[in-house]
Amino acid sequence: MGNENKPMKLVYYPGCTLKNQATNFDVSTVSSMAKLDVEVEEMAQWNCCGTVHALDSDNVMNRVAPITNLIRVKEANASEFMTSCAMCYNTLKRANIDVKQRADALETINDFLSLEKTKYEGDVDVLHLLEYLRDRVGFDKLAERVTKPLKGLRVACYYGCLLVRPKEVAFDDVENPMVMENLVRALGATPVDFSYKTECCGAYQTVDKPEVIAGRTDKIMGSAHEEQADLVVVSCPLCAFNLDFRQDDAKRLNPDFHNMPVLYFTQLMALAFGCDESALRFDLQHIDPLPALAARGLG
Amino acid sequence: MDTTLRITSARAGSDFVARIEKVSGQKLLACYQCGKCSAGCPMAAYMDVLPNQIIRLAQLGMQEQLLAARSIWMCVSCLTCNSRCPKDIKIAEVIESLRMTALRDGQRNDHLNIMELSPEARAVLPPIATISAMRKLTS
Repeated sequence: MGNENKPMKLVYYPGCTLKNQATNFDVSTVSSMAKLDVEVEEMAQWNCCGTVHALDSDNVMNRVAPITNLIRVKEANASEFMTSCAMCYNTLKRANIDVKQRADALETINDFLSLEKTKYEGDVDVLHLLEYLRDRVGFDKLAERVTKPLKGLRVACYYGCLLVRPKEVAFDDVENPMVMENLVRALGATPVDFSYKTECCGAYQTVDKPEVIAGRTDKIMGSAHEEQADLVVVSCPLCAFNLDFRQDDAKRLNPDFHNMPVLYFTQLMALAFGCDESALRFDLQHIDPLPALAARGLG
Repeated sequence: MDTTLRITSARAGSDFVARIEKVSGQKLLACYQCGKCSAGCPMAAYMDVLPNQIIRLAQLGMQEQLLAARSIWMCVSCLTCNSRCPKDIKIAEVIESLRMTALRDGQRNDHLNIMELSPEARAVLPPIATISAMRKLTS
């Protein structure tokens, strides 16, 4: 770390859901980064990332939305940017990898975007916040900024699919990632071993098949409960919706289901850094985390 | 789908097989039916044709059965199958190419109608849920 007092600047892509249902993810990201002397600057004129990577190789059209965002990063005179949403990260990073490998697809996209002033040339790096915190900020510095250690809090870290699959986008071990556990430990909490941490939550089937999600939520949250976790942390607003808001459906499916709060990892950071309620926005959680935090003398 | 399946190799070299291989970028004949994809699939319980069976039917060019399968609309591309396949076959890419074959037939063969959901159900859904579902399930 060079000059400790000089704030680092970082271009930030929030994504649609962080400006809608998941504003708690947005405000906790920005507030906790400020505590780490990182000034996050929201990208101008960002658009939807496309949410999912098209797996059909001839579908160049679905690469246009993510690539347009990479052009905006270039226009901000940056060569890299950060997003905290796992879904945006995966879609943006996969599109970037794809066009770097396929010059013809990149040319087609640039032709389609011919009214843009800037051409995309594969020259922007997509970073996830967890990767940035581990590699640029460092968990030692993170630990130094903790004013309210989360002592005794048992946390199950849920990665889902998008941070670890495919392996080309992963920035940690794909079968047993540990980056969130190490972050949680730096905040003073106790990460629990959790066998469902890279199991899929059912994703967008939540739109018209909540009963399917109920089954996934029951299994995933049940596994965290078995490990005596107090709460689960996530990095994806779709996982958060399924694991938190669909707990009512899980309870209908399995009367023995135990409700458990689901937080974004950034909310846990903001809590440990002593940020106030405006940076936490626990009021947006479906399952109130305050009783679980209070039971450990926190919150 | 009928419970009896008559397997024939008559269509193994058909245009359909060639198109699926091209769009998915996968060599279907590499599969030796170990079943690891189906064993780890979080959606297997909701499927009528398991992922390994999808690959088998695709090798044999059984277009009608594949495009009528509920399974191709249940897969959410979590990529667990891809990461575990010992032959490096990207099963999710094969399933995506089947979905897209169905969606590109010009018949508006959509598998989601957002407007059929109640306003209450629509209001709580995060944008990433609805946008991703529409990208995967509608033409």
